[in-house]
Amino acid sequence: MPPTPCSLCHTARALVKRPKTGQQVCKDCFFEVFETEVHNTIIEGKGIFERGEKVAIGASGGKDSTVLAHVLSVLNKRHNYGLDLFLLSIDEGITGYRDDSLETVKQNQVEYGLPLKILSYNELYGWTMDKIVEQVGRRNNCTFCGVFRRQALDRGAAQLNVDHIVTGHNADDIAETVLMNIMRGDIARLGRCTAVTTQSEDTIKRSKPFKYAYEKEIVMYAYFKKLTYFSTECIYSPDAYRGHARVFLKDLEAIRPSAIVDIIHSGESFVLEQSVQKGMKAMQTCLRCGYISSNDLCKACALLEGLEAGLDRSALRQTQDSSTAAPVGHRTIPMFERYSKVGIAQPTEGIEKGVQAVEIR
Amino acid sequence: MASSDDIVTTSNGLGYTSSSAAHPETLVKPPAAPSASEDTIEIRIEFGGGLHLLFSSQPSHKIRIPRYEPGNADQLPQAVTMRYLVSWMKSNLLSEREEMFGDGDGVRPGILVLINDADWELEGELEYELKDRDEVVFISTLHGG
Repeated sequence: MPPTPCSLCHTARALVKRPKTGQQVCKDCFFEVFETEVHNTIIEGKGIFERGEKVAIGASGGKDSTVLAHVLSVLNKRHNYGLDLFLLSIDEGITGYRDDSLETVKQNQVEYGLPLKILSYNELYGWTMDKIVEQVGRRNNCTFCGVFRRQALDRGAAQLNVDHIVTGHNADDIAETVLMNIMRGDIARLGRCTAVTTQSEDTIKRSKPFKYAYEKEIVMYAYFKKLTYFSTECIYSPDAYRGHARVFLKDLEAIRPSAIVDIIHSGESFVLEQSVQKGMKAMQTCLRCGYISSNDLCKACALLEGLEAGLDRSALRQTQDSSTAAPVGHRTIPMFERYSKVGIAQPTEGIEKGVQAVEIR
Repeated sequence: MASSDDIVTTSNGLGYTSSSAAHPETLVKPPAAPSASEDTIEIRIEFGGGLHLLFSSQPSHKIRIPRYEPGNADQLPQAVTMRYLVSWMKSNLLSEREEMFGDGDGVRPGILVLINDADWELEGELEYELKDRDEVVFISTLHGG
């Protein structure tokens, strides 16, 4: 086959076939269209960022968050967003998995010149995933990890005093989540999983600048830019349900590459009837730890109580209507405070340890 | 324009660090040692995104395969294609879990393939005719970000 010229600059050799459009583009044009599309997602409507905002990039060391940290650093300079960027990593305490990927994040910290904060399950909950799996077994441990990670990100962000968390969720991830929410009948999540930015009262704003970025392009970008990322499967049981949705989606994409944005579009088009919305629980704060919750106790506090009581998998069924006080002798999650005055006046020891001040230009 | 804000790394962009891949390259011989007269080509194979775990945990391989498709002697010699290479890899290089790599006579959806740094979708995919010293990169996108 003779080399195909780039369909944008018509000079260089095309090296990437874009899944969304079928366009055949050269390396430089690929970088430019990829970055421009992310920029467009960021500035669409009122825009997801405000000038001077402090933004934490949820960084796992994997491809998506690594490319996000790179692209956001580039766009912040190029378009002068005026953002104060941080890397925020959660250490779940999984030996042989997270410890390796955290090394990658530490390398990214140096490469991008961004301050890094690492918050561990161990310091927040008193449990590592290794210890949780030891107690509850390999089935369903993803539930603990998912609930704990979400809250840990918010708490890490609060400790950094940031206004906004961005994550590397890409178009494929969001399409997967739409499918999963339909299959599980989770109407509340279906309604919000396609939003670029979500924010409810008392929670930190979260955005997904890669909402329209295909996974293929993210991987190609990382490869052509030779970015440092870490790729390995979690050593504990994979999220089997998501795995099926993922394989199904990849099969669809192979037949019709637009399937991914089409599914996202379908997810966006679902409109909840008033009667359905009324049936959904109002949000409150957890009586024990102050984190946002739809019950008296947040899911993390309930799970933690089950763990502390020495329960196995049945810890998952721990009630969220319990009394405010934790049983005597149980470890609990520290009170959730946004913009904690202590944090501003004198950074806690954790922050000082975690954040190494690196100049951001 | 993108080059001005580039970030310098020593990474290979393939999702592993040198510590996770102690022996970066192995030379895999074809099953039967080729006789001097046999016409073979050298292909370099790289794995990214954790795929090397299916290939004896070696991210980089240099292999020799026949230049022409084995076939009837009375037909014109046919250069080997990516289809041949993928099937050769399944029988000679893959160390575990074939279903994580192969799908029919191709590769599983979600595995990106680059031939000499170009998306194989621009190169004819399985029909691409391999040349001596071609470099083929396989990158899995199938797990976590």
